[in-house]
Amino acid sequence: MENMKEVILEYVIEEYCDEENDDVTFETPLISGGIVDSFSMVSLKRFLENKYKISIPDADASPENFDTVTKIEVLVKRFQ
Amino acid sequence: MSNIGSYEKRLEDFDWSIAEKELDYVPGGNINIGWYCSDRICEMGKGNKPALLWEGLGGKEKQYTFNDVRVKSNTIASFLQNLGIKNEDRVCLFMDKVPELYIGFVGILKLGAIAQPLFSAFGDESLHVRLDNAQTTAIITQRKHVSKVRKILDQMPYLKHIILVDYDGSKPLKEREIAFNMEDAEQVEEFKSFATKAESPSVLHYTSGTTGQPKGVKHVHYSLISQYLTTKWVLDLQENDIYWCTADPGWVTGTSYGIIGPWSMGVTLCVLDTGFSAESWYKFIEKRKITMWYSAPTAIRSLMKAGDELIKQYNLSSLRHLASVGEPLNAEAVIWSEKVFGKAFLDTYWQTETGSMMLTNYPDMKIKPGSMGKPFPGITAAILDTETFEEITETGKPGLIGFKPNWPAMMRTYWRNEETYQKKFMNGWYLPGDRAYIDQDGYYWFIGRDDDVINTGGHLVSPFEVESALLEHEAVAESAVVAKPDDVNMEVVKAFVTVKPGFEANDDLELKIMNFIRKKLSPLAMPQEIEYKDSLPKTRSGKIMRRVLHAQEWGEEIGDISTLEDD
Repeated sequence: MENMKEVILEYVIEEYCDEENDDVTFETPLISGGIVDSFSMVSLKRFLENKYKISIPDADASPENFDTVTKIEVLVKRFQ
Repeated sequence: MSNIGSYEKRLEDFDWSIAEKELDYVPGGNINIGWYCSDRICEMGKGNKPALLWEGLGGKEKQYTFNDVRVKSNTIASFLQNLGIKNEDRVCLFMDKVPELYIGFVGILKLGAIAQPLFSAFGDESLHVRLDNAQTTAIITQRKHVSKVRKILDQMPYLKHIILVDYDGSKPLKEREIAFNMEDAEQVEEFKSFATKAESPSVLHYTSGTTGQPKGVKHVHYSLISQYLTTKWVLDLQENDIYWCTADPGWVTGTSYGIIGPWSMGVTLCVLDTGFSAESWYKFIEKRKITMWYSAPTAIRSLMKAGDELIKQYNLSSLRHLASVGEPLNAEAVIWSEKVFGKAFLDTYWQTETGSMMLTNYPDMKIKPGSMGKPFPGITAAILDTETFEEITETGKPGLIGFKPNWPAMMRTYWRNEETYQKKFMNGWYLPGDRAYIDQDGYYWFIGRDDDVINTGGHLVSPFEVESALLEHEAVAESAVVAKPDDVNMEVVKAFVTVKPGFEANDDLELKIMNFIRKKLSPLAMPQEIEYKDSLPKTRSGKIMRRVLHAQEWGEEIGDISTLEDD
């Protein structure tokens, strides 16, 4: 079984980073760190919903819950 | 006592020469915004006063005095000059909100070149069309954004220099690239600002329209006159204020009121260069003891969502004055800010083309929550009939907002697009493209746009631009883009597409298309939702009827569909 955190991290690096800022870890602030902006967060949410066959209510799709890969994993597991 | 004092009294004897005199500008003489924002403040004896208090990721902090801004902007201007860049050349600033962006802006203006700030989240195509239109000579950027420039470099023979402000030597520089480190460069103590005049071009900001490519709004150095006075009277900046404008200088608020207004007044500016979070914003206000805060409705509504309890954890008592810009500020947000901050956000209405505030609320004027307020002194505003463009004198009757084009910061043209510029005027009025009405007390109330442009989080997105980009995706056969209502951003982009044979209209494809647009144009332009259709509503002549889809999204009457193509 795929490691969820690894999958999310890989997706974040692939989609939101480039060669100059790809040193992202599980704890790197994504939203408050300016890597993923509030508009792009929608596409990240959509990825998680498609990948894990879940639905994340808008109220839970907050910058705080999406701020690190670790926090995102907690959020996803809540809705699995 | 506020700077403006009585609004009514100001109306009686208003003349823009008030600002000219305060700035010691003599008509016909030199006026250089870069000099006004740095050298003049130092000559006034404020060289040691903090000009910029900056915070970035990882708790990084930097501080610059007005003398630092003077010397470092000299250094940048000199560097550009040595590269052969001259007055009226376009120099693009494509950076996050780092100090080099703010000080570089001043340096470009001192040189007499035209500053072309662009939002750093723009994708390569958005960047290309704007650089291409401006025939930009140089771009100042960061390592994290340079890959987007490299991708389109072959298509831009006019772009001679790519200046990296954070080059660390770890990888070799590529074609046309040059490193410039503002801190380490030999500092230039004296630089004679170019003798720009009132009508010399200063800033080129790009804005989106319903059709066609983005338009380059050309501003001139004389814009300083109304940017200075509106800053003083509306934002009410005073000598000891600590001012925070949350706008990115990639957009007009970030230059008119995020650099020019405060620095021409010699006021300390704060910048927080991190992503948004309610905690980090409140923490920043508390730590920096912000007194004047100029933000946007989207941010205010996001703070509302974060809840009132959070606010209680911070001491925000330094705040004395708040204002908002970008889109209409809803009454709930005004009432909420009064409740939690003890002050209402004052809504200000203006746009890229107007360069400075047009309709606004004032510190000592009664606020009607949800209203845009009243015209700034010196601004002749009216509501116009949509057919005749004659002034509507009846209160409460909706029409088009119109301004007599006679204020200093009014755009002078659209860059290389005079024809479209001329179309913005009817019957002697400049039309910003919004509908409103005036109430019995003379307050203006926003109704909506008069075109299909999408205002998302205070930024305009052209449906045409997104539709065109969608068609470049291999799976998309047809596309139509409209605004969708949104609680936080007022509007977001929604796309309707038909897919080509061989592609399956499913969730994975939707995500692929979203990311395609995000990277190509920008996160703002990325459809937040894509709806698959078997066909799109069209006129009999084959033109896609966006308004049918718009009405569907907003639950409005579709109206006349007699021209709709039969199935």
